[in-house]
Amino acid sequence: MVLIRDLAIQGAQMLLVLALAPLFTGFVRKVKARLLRRQGPPLVQPYLDLVRLVRKEVVLAESASWLFRVIPYLVFAATWVAASLIPTFRTGLMFSWSADLIAIIALLGSARFFLALAGLDVGTSFGGIGSSREVMIASLAEPAMLMVVFTLALIAGSTQLSTVAEFMASPQVGLRVSLGLGLLGLIMVAIAENGRIPIDNPATHLELTMVHEAMVLEYSGRHLALIELATSLKLILYVSLLACLFAPWGIETADTAAPALAVGIGAYVAKLAVGGFLLGLFETSIAKMRVFRVPEFLGAALMLGLLATLLRFVSGSF
Amino acid sequence: MSRIDFDVAHLLAGTLVLISFLELYQDRLYALLNVYAAHAFVLAASVAWQAYVQDAPHLYVTAVIALAFKAIVIPVTLHRIIAKLGIHREIEKVVGVGTAMLAGIGLVALSMVVMLRVTHGADPLAREDLAFALSVVLLGLLMMVTRRNAVSQVVGFMSLENGLVLAATGAKGMPLVVEISVAFSILIALIVIGIFLFRIRERFDTVDVQALERYRGERR
Repeated sequence: MVLIRDLAIQGAQMLLVLALAPLFTGFVRKVKARLLRRQGPPLVQPYLDLVRLVRKEVVLAESASWLFRVIPYLVFAATWVAASLIPTFRTGLMFSWSADLIAIIALLGSARFFLALAGLDVGTSFGGIGSSREVMIASLAEPAMLMVVFTLALIAGSTQLSTVAEFMASPQVGLRVSLGLGLLGLIMVAIAENGRIPIDNPATHLELTMVHEAMVLEYSGRHLALIELATSLKLILYVSLLACLFAPWGIETADTAAPALAVGIGAYVAKLAVGGFLLGLFETSIAKMRVFRVPEFLGAALMLGLLATLLRFVSGSF
Repeated sequence: MSRIDFDVAHLLAGTLVLISFLELYQDRLYALLNVYAAHAFVLAASVAWQAYVQDAPHLYVTAVIALAFKAIVIPVTLHRIIAKLGIHREIEKVVGVGTAMLAGIGLVALSMVVMLRVTHGADPLAREDLAFALSVVLLGLLMMVTRRNAVSQVVGFMSLENGLVLAATGAKGMPLVVEISVAFSILIALIVIGIFLFRIRERFDTVDVQALERYRGERR
């Protein structure tokens, strides 16, 4: 009985993330449009886009190999698994034994690797540019992410995401300087990894600046739909990660009844709304960086992570 | 002292170190001044918190001085100087951001190790505050070393002084007279430096201090 209930909750969590992901993307777009005093597309536009893409015929390049056709499914699967491992409204999930922060980074890393391969596969120059830039950004963002994870692991005594989230929700953690530094570092990494504005503009198809869009330029139809969905999932994943690590209020820890679950889901949706609004606000108030400044930006994130780990190591009370 | 007092004091001191790093990161002069104003603002907040925690009303005066002089008067003055000199679009760096950041991390590590070892057995709050203050001082020095533009060297000097104030308020019992005189001497220093900037500019048509070195016959 308990097993079935746990499975149901885990399944609910997976479906919730999948269902909310396009809505969240639409919400961020809406916030940005409203801040620019435009009406903006309706909130459900990403769903409509997905449906339209699925209905359309797939057009493949002549030079595309079997890898090109398989990769959208691989990317989507890896991202979805990673997203469903993150405790959104309840910790101690069925699969939480595998929800290790390092495993999540590895899943995202392999998704990115395959996407970069797909960009190279067709042999167009745009795909090549996109892949090389994406890999450059990733090689800088991943060490920074790992440093932040190490800080969290040092504080909570585990890299198990559920344990960390429970520790963060408990009153034992006070205000910690190293946690503040880690939060900033993780936000910078999240911005870079999702290709949001100072790094890459998700709304443009301008050749000179695009990174993610250049890689997926050759995709169409249901393949493109899967990749778009995976991109939305990745965005919601990072926001949920930030929410469950640094704003764990309202997350449910013990196995309790339905009302507590409702509170947990409500708190999660509220956190997403706040996160989406802040992201939209940040993106409208800042200009895109030159590609050559990206290493500086991510170097600063790495520096923050390093500093946090350092402070934590030197003195236990930071 | 309760836990939350300690944590907030820590967080403010840590934010000060973080903003010192942000100063190192900036390469536009106006942005640098804005970050410096934020630095002074956080310093004022930190001093006010110390006043509250230590129950020392004279520290509130220090906080007000920091807020009025360092967060408002000095940035506005420097802003005007930059506008008058017409150097607001200049970007200057001796070493890259990455190198400066790495050096900064090294300095923070150094000050942690030194301070925590030297002040064994002292009050833990004062101890770690001192470590942060030393980091801020060293980062200010690093800022002065890695910049060529005289205005950003002034900013480095001012943030170094912020670190001194942080150290002085963390360790209990700095007399108010000392604080006021330090604040005024900083103001005087600003005026003197401002005059110097215009003199340098008149003479060499630039505020790049390399011109001075060339004039003295050092290097090249």
